[in-house]
Amino acid sequence: MLNIFEVAETNKMIEKENLDVRTITLGISLLDCIVSDLEQLNKNIFNKITKTARNLVSAGKEIEQEFGIPIVNKRISVTPIGIVGASACKTPEDFVTIAHTMDRAAKEVGVNLIGGYSALVSKGMTYGDELLIRSIPMALAQTERVCSSVNLGSSRTGINMDGVRLMGEIIKETAELTKEQDGAACMKLVVFCNAPDDNPFMAGAFHGVTECDAVINVGVSGPGVVKTALEKVRGENFEVLCETIKKTAFKVTRVGQLVAQEASRMLDIPFGIVDLSLAPTPAVGDSVADILCEIGLEYAGAPGTTAALALLNDQVKKGGVMASSYVGGLSGAFIPVSEDQGMIDAVTAGALTLEKLEAMTCVCSVGLDMIAIPGETKATSISGMIADEMAIGMVNQKTTAVRVIPAIGKDVGDKVEFGGLFGYAPVMPVNKFSCDAFIGRGGRIPAPIHSFKN
Amino acid sequence: MKKTIITVVGKDTVGIIAKVCTYLAEKDINILDISQTIVQGYFNMMMVVDTSQTKKSHGDMSEELKALGEGIGVIIKCQREEIFEKMHRI
Repeated sequence: MLNIFEVAETNKMIEKENLDVRTITLGISLLDCIVSDLEQLNKNIFNKITKTARNLVSAGKEIEQEFGIPIVNKRISVTPIGIVGASACKTPEDFVTIAHTMDRAAKEVGVNLIGGYSALVSKGMTYGDELLIRSIPMALAQTERVCSSVNLGSSRTGINMDGVRLMGEIIKETAELTKEQDGAACMKLVVFCNAPDDNPFMAGAFHGVTECDAVINVGVSGPGVVKTALEKVRGENFEVLCETIKKTAFKVTRVGQLVAQEASRMLDIPFGIVDLSLAPTPAVGDSVADILCEIGLEYAGAPGTTAALALLNDQVKKGGVMASSYVGGLSGAFIPVSEDQGMIDAVTAGALTLEKLEAMTCVCSVGLDMIAIPGETKATSISGMIADEMAIGMVNQKTTAVRVIPAIGKDVGDKVEFGGLFGYAPVMPVNKFSCDAFIGRGGRIPAPIHSFKN
Repeated sequence: MKKTIITVVGKDTVGIIAKVCTYLAEKDINILDISQTIVQGYFNMMMVVDTSQTKKSHGDMSEELKALGEGIGVIIKCQREEIFEKMHRI
């Protein structure tokens, strides 16, 4: 039988160390909604989402109450709209109507974000994909809860450099359209290499075409729990350090597995995966950077940071894999800047640069995330940053992503306020030398030699 | 059997266990195990109870126990056993 110390330990994690289930994300296939009449398509999409997700929020609340564990977000991901809208949409404005429908459906069922305004163009773009991509700035500026993602490369296909060039321009345009809110719409837009089909985290969640009709994916989080556990092993060697992270990750992930199974049972929708992630928030004590400091760095970004992050990421996976029957999504430590007080402090202190962040993305999930850059940064420079990240993902067979926010009218030293879970970010300097000729080439970068495994 | 864990944390005072037990008895909730410690003057109690006979929903029971706790200056939480079982047992 359970003892009082075990019970107290779990409740301490929840009450004092910010242990929570970050998101229950319901993936919904919209493939059966496809028709060539736009009005009918919008109706079908609204009906499918609101019917499938009608009990999502109430089930989440019930689980929260029964287990006493906070479930921070309830969200929805749908089939990439680039596919769903391809036959009905003839202009970018046609696609925007679907974004409005998604927004309305999200509000109707009470979820705070809905992902899947997406295009998968890792090798080439269909006409529909291109229209969707060109509609992203309008769609995100005009809606509140819609999230968008574009997959621009993979280890099997190489990198679609035409897509990379276009997305540099789209990110700038999105920032311009919402410049009064410091480019806030860019927070809802992410580009990927090797995007997973079952990621529950926003802004990059979409319901892949290989998935079933509806599925429950859960993302757990507990940077504070790992940090507190590590406080007890200060000065110990790496073996002790790694074992401690692994055991803690196991405990955190078990909660996610329980919640996922319970949600699946209550909603009668199959359980997909648990995403084993350390996802920080701006709350004090909920920081991945603080874990790196606890491992032994003065600030995130100091020499040794990449190694510390690599071991953290690996131990989280090793502990988490055994705790869950199916693992997927992004699974690893997230290193967003604006959503992590420790990262913000590191940037402000001059310890953490964009180049170091890029190195860190080689060893963790996911990529350059929630980074404010000067508003004057050229579209081609953004494309260059994207190309670098995509190359890291392609060659290392991992997911990488870019979510940058060009702060229009602001420069290095200024601050960008996003509010709530998104936090704030100091504007970081971007290398000013040009890559225009490189991005201007067009075409695609072939897949690396080690992708030919057949 | 549906097991629920009730935890009570707060300043030690006369009659905490009595009040909680009276509530549980009235609602047909059987106590399977009780343990308690006092850490630095703070009362810490855990009860394992069987809720399969009671007509109360988990939500109602949680709310009522929470209110009862507030009346005597302690925090009472009700959680299904599985969250602890999953975390601490393979």
